Amino acid sequence: MGEDIAQTILRLLQPYNKDDVALTAETNIAADLNIDSADVLNFVMEVEDEFDIDISVNELADIHTVAQLAELVKSRLPG
Amino acid sequence: MPDLLDKYRKLKSRHDALVRFGADAVMLVNERLLSPTRAIINGRETILAGTNNYLGLTFEKECIKAGEQALRDYGTGTTGSRIANGTYALHVALEQALADFMQRQHCMVFSTGFQANLGMIAGLAGSNDTIFIDMDSHASIHDGCRLSGAKVVVFRHNDVEHLRRRLERNPPREGGGRLVIVEGLYSMLGDTAPLREIVALKDEHDFQLLVDEAHSFGVLGETGRGLAEAEGVEDGVDFVVGTFSKSLGGIGGYAVSDHPDFDVLRYASRPYMFTAAPAPASMATTLCILQQISARPQLRQQLWKNAQQLHGGLKTRGFQLGFDGVSPVVAVICPSEEAAVVMWNALLENGVYVNLALPPGTPNKLALLRCSVSAAHTAEEIDAVIDAFVAARDAMLAMMAQQSG
Repeated sequence: MGEDIAQTILRLLQPYNKDDVALTAETNIAADLNIDSADVLNFVMEVEDEFDIDISVNELADIHTVAQLAELVKSRLPG
Repeated sequence: MPDLLDKYRKLKSRHDALVRFGADAVMLVNERLLSPTRAIINGRETILAGTNNYLGLTFEKECIKAGEQALRDYGTGTTGSRIANGTYALHVALEQALADFMQRQHCMVFSTGFQANLGMIAGLAGSNDTIFIDMDSHASIHDGCRLSGAKVVVFRHNDVEHLRRRLERNPPREGGGRLVIVEGLYSMLGDTAPLREIVALKDEHDFQLLVDEAHSFGVLGETGRGLAEAEGVEDGVDFVVGTFSKSLGGIGGYAVSDHPDFDVLRYASRPYMFTAAPAPASMATTLCILQQISARPQLRQQLWKNAQQLHGGLKTRGFQLGFDGVSPVVAVICPSEEAAVVMWNALLENGVYVNLALPPGTPNKLALLRCSVSAAHTAEEIDAVIDAFVAARDAMLAMMAQQSG
């Protein structure tokens, strides 16, 4: 299940990958992709829509990698 | 150990890349001001079309005199905060006049508009509370949220359904309240918040509402009280924040409310408490300009007439604008950041100043040449701005053709 979530996140992240770096679970979303704060918010909103969850700005402060984001999404999903 | 400024290397190289097309927009200097709509820039007389000076009152003789009198009566500065030695009769008089103008019980004056947002948001919300903000909110709103320590939930720009879903999914936390924040007029594209629908959400959801009328004060509403007045929903707005640095032609900010406990913020809000009170001359000129705004509703009519002229003129000449409706903010969408910088330089060389607005400061990654219209612009000046835009586009297209050829 955890892997599926990460894969979905990677798919949503691809349009922001302008420099075409290799995306993995360990990719640091803001630093490796060099995307600005507005793009991070846009990307997270797409993740929220996809999984039908809410992620607050405060929670994002501790999220750096795709794996960490997947872990947070997993903790939000019912069951 | 890396140097502390190393983290800005990417930011700096991006800036350097844009500067090679001409002047540095961030370092632009107005060598001399001739009027609300004219300045000397790079030794050249320039039409100012990006100053947020919506009502064009910065050179009112009577208000300059009021400022001079305040300098004589109260000195150059307050040298202290509002809660210590910094409150003068002028601050109190301005607060009373603003409360009267806005038809609210209470008013607090802050040293800048940025601080008004910091002080209000961090004053109102604490760690148990939840704040819901529009994604395109001004930096001072984002930073006020961070300073408050509250849980912050962002909704898509002007998307009432998204806000509704967010409110449903984020009920008030144990012992905490909820604050929704929107802007009256969004500064980058000139569009307004769907305020009636947002106020209507209060029928189903518990929250308090703060509206930042920084750009809409003096501009919207029958008497210039802003979007809430224009939409007839002032009763649904709990707190209004505004600035002196746009229609009021000064520096400072304010907040008004009918909340009976509002004044507690005077000794709870740190950005209000721990900064020097605004300068006396600034209070006096703002008070005088507020009186002018009350007495001269025709300024607002002229502003909208001018906005119509610029909006219509640019549209007719095929420019893509950030907002379909007529607004005192007219943002021209450029095909790329480079194109925007080239056009901005060409405009300046043709004697027209507008704002160069680039991501991430803009919505949807847009590269914008942002104009703000003033009631003080003459029809000839607006025509000159439109002509300069056409010339700038020609220059930009020629340069792009040369590059690709």
